[in-house]
Amino acid sequence: MELLDELRRIAGAEHLLTHHQQLRTYESDGLLQYAASPRAVVLPGSADEVRKVVGACHAAGVPWVARGAGSGLSGGALPVEEGILIALTRMRRILDVNLDDARVTVEPGVTNIEVSNAVAPTHTYPPDPSSQIVCSIGGNVAENSGGAHCFKYGFTSNYVTGLEVVLPDGELLWLGGEELDPAGLDLTGAFVGSEGTLGVATKAILRVIPAPEAVRTLVAFFSSPTHAGEVVSGIVSQGIVPAAIEMMDNLSIQAAEGATGAGYPTDAGAALVVEVDGREDECEERFDVIVALCEEAEADSIRVAADEAERGVIWKTRKAAFAAMGRISPNYFVQDSVIPRTKLAEVLGQIDDLASEHELRVANVFHAGDGNLHPLVLYDASVEGEPERAEELAGLIVKACVEAGGSITGEHGVGVDKKRYMPDQFAEPDLAAFQRLRCAFDPDGLANPGKVMPTPRLCGEVPGPYRRHPLEEAGLAERM
Amino acid sequence: MNDQPRTMTPVGSAASAIAAGRDAAVAALASAGEAGTPVRFVGAGTKLGWGVPVSDPEVTEIRTEGLDRLLEHNEGDLTAIVEAGLPLAEAQRAFADADQELLLDPPDSDGAATIGGVIAAGDSGPLRTRYGGPRDLVLGVQVGLSDGSVARAGGKVIKNVAGYDLSKLFTGSLGSLGLILELSLRLHPKPPATATAAGGTTDPSVLAAAALELAKAPLEARCLDLRFGGGDGALLARFGGAAPRSGAEAAARVMKRAGLQTSVVDSDDEIWERQREGQRSLAGTALRVSTLPSRFGDLLSAAQRLGARVVARTGLGLAWVVLEDRSAAEAAEAVGELRRQLSPAPCTVLEAPAAVRSLIDPWALPAPGPLALMQRVKDRFDPAGVCRPSLS
Repeated sequence: MELLDELRRIAGAEHLLTHHQQLRTYESDGLLQYAASPRAVVLPGSADEVRKVVGACHAAGVPWVARGAGSGLSGGALPVEEGILIALTRMRRILDVNLDDARVTVEPGVTNIEVSNAVAPTHTYPPDPSSQIVCSIGGNVAENSGGAHCFKYGFTSNYVTGLEVVLPDGELLWLGGEELDPAGLDLTGAFVGSEGTLGVATKAILRVIPAPEAVRTLVAFFSSPTHAGEVVSGIVSQGIVPAAIEMMDNLSIQAAEGATGAGYPTDAGAALVVEVDGREDECEERFDVIVALCEEAEADSIRVAADEAERGVIWKTRKAAFAAMGRISPNYFVQDSVIPRTKLAEVLGQIDDLASEHELRVANVFHAGDGNLHPLVLYDASVEGEPERAEELAGLIVKACVEAGGSITGEHGVGVDKKRYMPDQFAEPDLAAFQRLRCAFDPDGLANPGKVMPTPRLCGEVPGPYRRHPLEEAGLAERM
Repeated sequence: MNDQPRTMTPVGSAASAIAAGRDAAVAALASAGEAGTPVRFVGAGTKLGWGVPVSDPEVTEIRTEGLDRLLEHNEGDLTAIVEAGLPLAEAQRAFADADQELLLDPPDSDGAATIGGVIAAGDSGPLRTRYGGPRDLVLGVQVGLSDGSVARAGGKVIKNVAGYDLSKLFTGSLGSLGLILELSLRLHPKPPATATAAGGTTDPSVLAAAALELAKAPLEARCLDLRFGGGDGALLARFGGAAPRSGAEAAARVMKRAGLQTSVVDSDDEIWERQREGQRSLAGTALRVSTLPSRFGDLLSAAQRLGARVVARTGLGLAWVVLEDRSAAEAAEAVGELRRQLSPAPCTVLEAPAAVRSLIDPWALPAPGPLALMQRVKDRFDPAGVCRPSLS
C-alpha cells in the first residue's frame, strides 16, 4: 500500500519490517499478557525521518505507536493492530555532554545507564529504573520513570529540561531547552509521562548532578514487614532523606535468594535495604542513626556493605526480585500502586486478607520511602480459573491502594493494563481535563490510541465548526 | 494580612470583585466564561504586574481570600493539601511545628503571598537549588475552568504517574488556563541548624569561575547563590542537615582555592533574606534571566557595564537582574542590551515602572512553533478565552 511505500522511501527498505516473523518481536512490550501485531514496524534513523514518518501517518490517517527498548510494564508500547510501530532503537547517539552546566543531550534510543556512564565518575543521572541497563531514555520520558533512588532524587520529569518532539501532525519543535524556566507554559513538564500519546521525543536534554562523595548501604532482616516499617517511620521522623529505602517480603526474599545466592535468610519476614549518600561525614552520621533504628526495631541481622562489590550484591538481589518470581511461581501479575507511606501496615494487612480470600499468594517488593508497592500476584495459568482469580485479586489490591489515598501507578504507567482503573482514581471532569491536553497535541487521536484513557474519546473542534472524525464515521467511537 | 498590593504596575480597576470561597469563585469563572468577559485571579496581589497585566475595565476579579485553609498536613507522609489562598508564610509556620517545610521561599517580605499565587506565577527562591522548583513540589492540583468544570490531576502521594501531569502545566501558567483552587504539595524535613560559607571578590570573572567550580563539587548544598552589584560580589553556599558547619567549611575551601575571601557564618538567616529580596525591585526594573552556569561570566560583565545588581542560583543558571536609578529610556535600553548579550537566554521582565513597561515587551517570547502549541493548549482549557486573554 501507499503508506508503506512512503515509509520505505523515508527510512530505507531495510528499516521497514512487514513480514509477520519480523513483526513478532514487536508484538508485546515488557508486559507479555498483551500482544498485537502492527501493520509494519519502521526504524527511523534521525529526527527528520521520524518527522516524515509521523507526517506520512497523519496524511494517511493511520495511528502509530512509538517504542523504545520495549521494557515497559504497562503495555504502553503495545502496537495498534493495523497501525504503524515506530521503533527508536537506531537513534542512540549521545549528542552532547556539558558538565559545566550539568546537561546531557541524547537521542531517545540511548539507554538509561549510558547517560550515567557518559558523565561518570564526576556526575550521575539519578533516575534508575530496575531495567536501566536496557530501557531507553525515550521510554523513560514517555513513562516518567522512577527507580529505587527517587525518594531522594525524584523522577525523570525532574531531570528533563528540554525535548525535541514530533507532534502527531508531523511538526518538529522544541519544548524547553538547556535552560530552566523558559517563557510560557511548561509543556516539557506536561509531555513527560504522557505515555506516547502527545507525540514522540526525538532528543532529550537531561540534567545530571555531581556524584555523591560517599555512599553507605545496608540490608537488615526482620521477622515481619511491620517491624521493617517501624524503621522507615523512624528514619522519616528523624528528618533523614535516604537515597533509597526498599523492602522485600518473605516470598520476594525466597525468589531473589534463589536467583542470586546472596546468602539472605529465606525464613526472614522482611528485608529492608537502606542506602544513604552525600558528604562523607554527614553520610556516616546518618548511617549510624539508621543502624541504631534497625537494632531498636529488633532486626534479626544487619549486613553492612563493606565495599562496592558487597553493595552491588545487595542491589542485584533487590533488582532481581521481579525476574526471579519464576522460581516460586509459574506466572504472576505485577502491580505498581502507591499508598501514603503511613498506611503501609494497614494496606499490607488488607492485601494479606484479600490473598487468603482468593487462595493465592502475593509477594511484595516495594519502594518503602515513597509508598510505591509492587505486589506480585502469583498464579498458575495451567490451573483452571486461577488466572481470572489472580486478575480479580490484582484489581482489588489496586482499588484498596486508591481508597487509602494512593494511586494506581507510581512508575510503570497506565498504558493499556491499568486504564480500566483510571475511573477509580479520577472523576469524569478530571478525565475530561486530561483529554483537553491530549486534544491540543493530537486532535486526530493518532498517537498511541487506546492507552491511558479508560474509554476512547474524540476531540471536538475548538474553536470552529463540528467535523466528523473518521473513527466516528466508522462507528468505532462516540463523541463526548 | 496586608491588603495593599505591592506591585508597581497599575493594573486597572475591576468591574466586580468576587471573594467568597470556592463555590463563588467557580461560579464567577463559569459566568464570565459564558458571558465572554475577562477575569483576573488574585491571591494577595503581589505579582499582578507580571507579564502583560489584565487591565480590561470589564474584568471580573476573582480573589482567593476565602479559600485559605490548610486541609491536610500528613506529617508521616511529608505531604500537605492546601487551598490556593493560604498565605505561604502561614503554611510554613504550621509545617515548621512538625520540623518540616515546603522548599519554596520566593521573596515575600510582608508574608502575604499566597501559595496559589506563588505556584501560578512559578516564583521561587534560594531553596530551589536542593530539591527543585515549584513544578517539582506540586503533587496534585484542583482547578476551576472557564466552562464551569472543576478538575483534579495528580494526587497526594509523592510518586504517581497516573494521568497527565497537569500540575506542571498550571505551575507558572500565570492564570492563563484557569484558577488553581487547591494544591497537594511535597514537604521535606526542616534542618535544625544551618551554616553558610561566603566568598567575596570584586572581580566578576573570578566570581563566575568560582561559582562554576563550586556547583560541580559534590557537597549537596541547601542553597547555592551569588550576588553582585556596585563593584562587589559574593558566592554563598548554605548547608543544613546533620553537619552544616563541616559542609560550609568544605565549600569555603573550594571558594578559597578559586581566589575568594572566605568566611563561615552560623547565624545566616539575614544573608538569605537579602538574596530573596534581591530578586525584586520596589522602584526599578527586575528581570528573570534563564541562562546556564557557564554563562555567568557574560552575565556579570554585562551587569557591571550596565550598573545592574544581580542575584543568581549558581547551580541552576537562574538569575535576577535589577536595574535602578535611571530614566525609563535608559532602563529599556539596558533591557534590550541584556537580551542581546545573553541571547538566547530568555530575559523576562517581572517588575517595571509603567514608563519602562510602555517601551518594552515583558516577555521573551518562545519560538513560533511552541507558542502556537501553547495557544492550542490554552484554547482547550479556556475555550471561552477569558483567563488572562491578553496573553494570547
